[in-house]
Amino acid sequence: MQSALFQIGKWFVHTPAALQALIRVLLYVIPLLLLVPMFIWWERRLLSWMQDRIGPNRVGPFGLLQAIADGVKLFFKEDITPASIDRLIYFVAPAIALFPAFALGGTLPWGPNRLLTPMADVNIGVLYIMAVSSLGVYGVVLGGYAPNNKYSLLGGLRSSAQLISYELAMGMSLAAIALASGSLKVTEFVHQQEMPIWGADQAVWIQNWNLFTPYGFLAGIIFAICMVAETNRAPFDLPEAENELIAGYHTEYSSMKFAVYFMGEYAAMFVFSGVFAAVFLGGYNFLPIRWEALIDDYPAATAFWQFMQALNYYGAPIWFIGKCIGGLSVYIWLRATLPRLRYDQLMSLGWRCLLPLSVANFMAVGFWVLLTRLMGGMEQFESDAQPLATLGLLLIDVLIVMVVDRVYRRGSGKEMASRTIEMVDPPVLRSIELVDGGEPVVPANG
Amino acid sequence: MPSITITPDLIVFVPLALVAALSAIGVVALKNAVRSALCLVLNFFTLSALYFNLRAEIIGITQVVVYTGAIMVLFLFVIMLLNLGAPQLLAEKKDLKIGAGLAGGVILFGVIAGTIFPPLVSVNVIHAPTKYGEPATLGHTLFTQFVWPFEVASILLLVGIVGSILLAKRKI
Repeated sequence: MQSALFQIGKWFVHTPAALQALIRVLLYVIPLLLLVPMFIWWERRLLSWMQDRIGPNRVGPFGLLQAIADGVKLFFKEDITPASIDRLIYFVAPAIALFPAFALGGTLPWGPNRLLTPMADVNIGVLYIMAVSSLGVYGVVLGGYAPNNKYSLLGGLRSSAQLISYELAMGMSLAAIALASGSLKVTEFVHQQEMPIWGADQAVWIQNWNLFTPYGFLAGIIFAICMVAETNRAPFDLPEAENELIAGYHTEYSSMKFAVYFMGEYAAMFVFSGVFAAVFLGGYNFLPIRWEALIDDYPAATAFWQFMQALNYYGAPIWFIGKCIGGLSVYIWLRATLPRLRYDQLMSLGWRCLLPLSVANFMAVGFWVLLTRLMGGMEQFESDAQPLATLGLLLIDVLIVMVVDRVYRRGSGKEMASRTIEMVDPPVLRSIELVDGGEPVVPANG
Repeated sequence: MPSITITPDLIVFVPLALVAALSAIGVVALKNAVRSALCLVLNFFTLSALYFNLRAEIIGITQVVVYTGAIMVLFLFVIMLLNLGAPQLLAEKKDLKIGAGLAGGVILFGVIAGTIFPPLVSVNVIHAPTKYGEPATLGHTLFTQFVWPFEVASILLLVGIVGSILLAKRKI
């Protein structure tokens, strides 16, 4: 077994670069293609569990084969093509929607082996992710335009406005992390997160996952919100708001073409969760613990630390996929919990809250980097300023939570105020009950 | 005429260049405005792939982020909102403009080719310096050698943004 693996490794190192690249691509695409049907099953089961339903449990054990049954159904359904459409664009749009979802992971490392894992470890890793995710809008816009349907077009237009708005905040939040890490490579982000934690000199055995640092926490929340908006998922699923737009941009798509849209959405959700895991959650590391530091500090349990280190190293793909599935579950949780935003709330959240906050975060990180460059090496400064900076950034974090809360609770004033009409339990009825015999007394404010 | 050695770069380059050229023709030749815009998107995308092929990663990705991902989306947005009528209404009259345009295009091609081709005649393998086109190199050059043009360009862009807000909103 050992020698067979060694032989494969030896063969791989000596194969031509083009073949190596092909293998890297296959190692990414095949698991993704295999997992996408599972996500659909997982969403339906988890959602039904959250809503006190049973969900699909008939096909196969736990309903696991439901996705295959759905696929067969979609494949053999009548493929309705509306008349008076832009035929070429109509057929190409689902494919365009699928492309960015799969291409998004091109620079994502799912393990520590650099020969196998990011398809291209280019110097522009994060920019690549931004660029490809910005292409996602085409599938939706063209799908909205091609069938010559007003509802579809409205969905497409909504989506293009939404995606463009949330891309900005997303880019700024990633830029803050890039500034702190000093690189644009996603692999370098992961490497930086394996360092001792920021701002706590005593705890060298905790990894510096970006979500644990104040600026990273802020950027992480902003990125998570934008990521939901970018994948058109609830509560940002206005492009397919069924109470207003039937099904939005995919109203006129049936059978396999609809399935392709569906697949693209799920693949995008999964890969975006992967981006979140790689940038904010320590990538393919199991726990935020530096086992090598523990070996130095507590040598008594060296064997155990070494075992954990090996587990962390060799199980990397499992931990990474686990984090991705965790992200996916949060998507589903959000869908089960939050109501859809109104259009003005959507725009206000994107432009008035997330964008200024992410820019402020970016500037704070930039200021901090500048300060450490200028004052580098001065121990007094390090010990004094770091807690101060931590405090300041934490304050910003509290701010963002308040802002998001405000958007949900109050909206923008007037429109929401009209919705608080006392429809339930009107005081009139209660006062009627109180009066016995004579005329019911209607309260003055009724 | 020097012989061309077939390298992996060339194998990638030829189909990309072909698609880029065809889609560029499609932009002006197609009757449907949305299809024209899509051809332009495809052209920008293949152009960025060509930049990657030349190891100019940062320019390639900027091409995708700025042109393919942002500007062309707005173009499509506007075309769809305007809802330009049937293609035959948009047909241009065949007059001198076409001939003049063709002549202008040929002259432009001649001018650009005259500058670009002579140094490229003997080149058949790409040999860029190792750090060429990396973000760090580009950033360093922008903020040292070209800091003034860079800042002036950024001020120009800022003026553009403020101006567009001023024009769009009567009351501020």
